[in-house]
Amino acid sequence: MKTVDDSLFTETPDGTALLGSRCADCGAHTFPRQGGCPRCTGASMADVPLSRTGTLWSWTIQGFRPKPPYTGTDDSYGVGYVELPDQLIVETRLTETDPAKLRIGMPVELALVPFRHDESGEPVHTFAFVAVRDE
Amino acid sequence: MNDVAIVGIGMHRFGRTDGVSGRAQAVHAAREALRDAGLGFSDMQFGFGGSHSAGDADTLVSELGLTGLPFINVANGCATGGSALIAADAAIRSGQHDIGIVIGFDKHPRGAFNTDPAEHGIGSWYGETGLMVTTQFFGLKIQRYLHDHDIDAGVLARIAEKAFRNGARNPMAWRRTELSAEEIAASPMISHPLTQYMYCAPAEGAVALVLCRADHARRYTESPVFLRSAAFRSRRYGSFEVFAPWTASERADSPTVEAARTALEAAGISPSEVDVAQIQDTEAGAELMHLAETGLCGHGEQEKLITDGETAIGGRIPVNTDGGCLANGEPIGASGLRQVHENVLQLRGAAGAHQVPGDPRVGFTHVYGAPGISACTVLTR
Repeated sequence: MKTVDDSLFTETPDGTALLGSRCADCGAHTFPRQGGCPRCTGASMADVPLSRTGTLWSWTIQGFRPKPPYTGTDDSYGVGYVELPDQLIVETRLTETDPAKLRIGMPVELALVPFRHDESGEPVHTFAFVAVRDE
Repeated sequence: MNDVAIVGIGMHRFGRTDGVSGRAQAVHAAREALRDAGLGFSDMQFGFGGSHSAGDADTLVSELGLTGLPFINVANGCATGGSALIAADAAIRSGQHDIGIVIGFDKHPRGAFNTDPAEHGIGSWYGETGLMVTTQFFGLKIQRYLHDHDIDAGVLARIAEKAFRNGARNPMAWRRTELSAEEIAASPMISHPLTQYMYCAPAEGAVALVLCRADHARRYTESPVFLRSAAFRSRRYGSFEVFAPWTASERADSPTVEAARTALEAAGISPSEVDVAQIQDTEAGAELMHLAETGLCGHGEQEKLITDGETAIGGRIPVNTDGGCLANGEPIGASGLRQVHENVLQLRGAAGAHQVPGDPRVGFTHVYGAPGISACTVLTR
């Protein structure tokens, strides 16, 4: 699968996850990976897969086509921040674009979704969060 | 340590001025400020200034005069004007110089800002996938804030309505047509819950200020306004800021909170003593949040304050009396100094149709911007 940036992702037994960093000294997480800890100012960061599930912390709907460097196909799309338990709050696209179906606190899970096609017509994927379907 | 006074103010009208460069607008503002102080550029011992998109401030000397003064460029996003002012304040307070000028100006293309992620140390994926959009951030931030403090989104249109009402009274403003809350709420949705008329637009304009030692101020003006304090802060771990691919679960105050508190404490002024305030209103939600973050009211108190008209000209705490960014647009390098310009007018009693009644004595300004910065000032007569 072609992604917008392979360094954002890692494979886990549960499926593809976002790849972040964790500070060995203070436990702070970042996304994407980085070398310095913004919490304790140290430099002991190690790679860590981020949780594939979380809760919606905030949301909006992008209402117009952004200027470049945006390269996506959709003019309008959902955007949110998702709280991943005991890790961090990550900014993400949302697959839902109906305000009536979005609610702060709703459970969501990671998905890789196509957001444009490359020159050869192959879909390029990025990450998004989708509502967890009721059991 | 010398105290600091503002003895000259000048402005080029905000909005769109086709055919006039940002630099030319800056030169106009500088000449107006010098004229207001009864001085020439050769009297200036230093200059600080900047723009985001309209050129280097230090090159203005080719037009203003090649006098040999030290002129330092400041580039600090939305805090460019505030940072220039802080630098001037330090230069005078320390005794290094007696008098000088600060200039903020800009001229942006139409439409929302587009930013290169690399300038912010973020991978290109962030822009390519459509997450590096400032308007989105403001929608996301106010959505969470309204949820946390149980505030009805209807108040956002009231804030924009006040901005355009004040702008209609201000001859230097860009948007001078009043809009009703209903028209604002019905304009196209840009980033839920914020509609088009709840956002400011990138624009053009210039402001210059002449500052001097307070004990010299009456040489140049009969109505000096004193810069009691100016403070600047950047973000802490856990504050929620624009252009953030992630934020910490552990929450922290916005840089506004610390910058405002520091400025007010340094001036020995409590928030309740502020008579007129200019606060960053990039969009209506920003004014709502910043009202509380600056300490002018408590979180959750804004809805009643705004609905009761207390933030209007004539209210208990008039906010953005010149129409703010919503009615003036956002020329990044100039906005912070526009706020100071407006407060000087207010404290001089010279604001005309948008004058706050009751002889205001204390003015407060606040800017906020990417990537999580804030600058505040306190002015008194």
